Amino acid sequence: MKILVPVKRVIDYNVKVRVKADQTGVELANVKMSMNPFDEISVEQAIRLKEAGICEEIIAVSVGVQQCQETIRTALAMGADRGIHVLHDGDIEPLAVAKILKELANKEGPTLIIVGKQAIDDDSNQTGQMLAALLGWGQATFVSDIQVEGEQVKATREVDGGLETISVKLPAVITTDLRLNEPRYASLPNIMKAKKKPIDQTSPADLGVDPSIRLEILKVAEPPQRESGVKVEDVADLVDKLRNTAKVI
Amino acid sequence: MTILIIAEHSNTELGPATLNAVTAAKAIGGELEILVAGSGCDGAADEASKIEGVTRILVADSDEYANALAENVAALVSKMAENYSHILATATTSAKNIMPRVAALKDVQQISEISEVIDAETFVRPIYAGNAMATVKTSDSIKVITVRGTSFEAAQEDGGSASIEKIDASGDAGLSQYIGSELSASERPDLTSARIVVSGGRGMQSGENFPIIEAVADKLGAAVGASRAAVDAGYVPNDYQVGQTGKVVAPDLYIAVGISGAIQHLAGMKDSKVIVAINKDEEAPIFQVADFGLVADLFKAVPELDDELQKNGFTG
Repeated sequence: MKILVPVKRVIDYNVKVRVKADQTGVELANVKMSMNPFDEISVEQAIRLKEAGICEEIIAVSVGVQQCQETIRTALAMGADRGIHVLHDGDIEPLAVAKILKELANKEGPTLIIVGKQAIDDDSNQTGQMLAALLGWGQATFVSDIQVEGEQVKATREVDGGLETISVKLPAVITTDLRLNEPRYASLPNIMKAKKKPIDQTSPADLGVDPSIRLEILKVAEPPQRESGVKVEDVADLVDKLRNTAKVI
Repeated sequence: MTILIIAEHSNTELGPATLNAVTAAKAIGGELEILVAGSGCDGAADEASKIEGVTRILVADSDEYANALAENVAALVSKMAENYSHILATATTSAKNIMPRVAALKDVQQISEISEVIDAETFVRPIYAGNAMATVKTSDSIKVITVRGTSFEAAQEDGGSASIEKIDASGDAGLSQYIGSELSASERPDLTSARIVVSGGRGMQSGENFPIIEAVADKLGAAVGASRAAVDAGYVPNDYQVGQTGKVVAPDLYIAVGISGAIQHLAGMKDSKVIVAINKDEEAPIFQVADFGLVADLFKAVPELDDELQKNGFTG
């Protein structure tokens, strides 16, 4: 089978995000960018399926600015076989990305599309579900384990009360949660090899997708800050403060 | 303007998360209706009909909705969508699974996890794990929205008298099947709705040490949570996780034990009314958000806290 893995370029998860003074967004200039951590888990899972002999080819896709090719190269260095870069300058929303991925899925014919459950920039948690809907495929979201069994994929999902197991008919969309796997680091030889792997470039227009924004961002502001509290002497002091000052117990 | 709220339920009972979505819907304004899609779900429908301020309960009672499979529920909701200005659900894992699918079927850009309603088209939502708040305005005619439960008080669960109407089911899409669940059995309150939460982090060192904070939790009638580090280390199951990628909680009192306070954890609990941190590292970032900080070895302080509560008459 072929597996399609979308990878998003986001502010590195270790960077402290700063809101721009004019409140139009967050500061992106000279900020370290990396692959969305959930997408790394998706790439890793695809590679494991390839290593298990279930998958023949892994295609990494990224939608966005020219530098998204670096994100695709990271996926290639981890073990994806080729890349597709959908060049788009400016903001793009989950629905438009899902439409783009749908067109690519129709061209490439993957059996599985493994999507990170959410991107750590806009925290939407939408693209995988939207893509499954547009393709008319089944979905297994927030998965912590998957087993491909013939024409089905059996998935364990992380849900509010614990874990849930479902079976989804292939082809399907999977969205990955944190505990699915631990992504590997790319080795230096593999980073060198990845430079020779092909990346095709296309655009939303080439794919017939309108990338217009539906949600206008009016303002991006700092969240309200908590006032710093006090240190208590000992446990008795703590219980006293909780009972008599804060009155919460 | 009529708003449809998708009920969170277990067929026999309505989930408390539904009440937060009702409050958000009231802030938008208009007639409120609730969809209960389930199997043998009269119990949930009955409870929904009593929520204050709701006009009508629509019940789709059929086998294909028994386990809230996204393909089946989304097909039903998208069929009904044209009658509504807004479709809302509290952002539980179930709603997060279903709602984007509804949005895509209606060609709508969903608005995820709103924390504030400005007007019927404008909403505030956290981005970057709550490190920034975005005010967004939608141009879609149907608004598909998930609601951050902790940002909206629960609506009054009685005092209403909505009519209950059965609606036709949409059929089984045949794309997925429910196999089973392993739900954590607990006598303690639910993490997201508990008034007090006691959480443990990597400082707990082992799952075998969690009983010391469970003892404190039980004295206070609290839920037990954990940081991602503690969950990843295998100390406790995944559904204990408080944080941006786990559960977002905002109890009256949050006690963080042996938790350093990574950004992703703070995002899940910093809206709590009172925060207590117990950590031996006085430089730990958790102290920057704590109202009361105790710099101490948790293995000494937590049993002391247990005794102190006992002395003060907290027996659970």
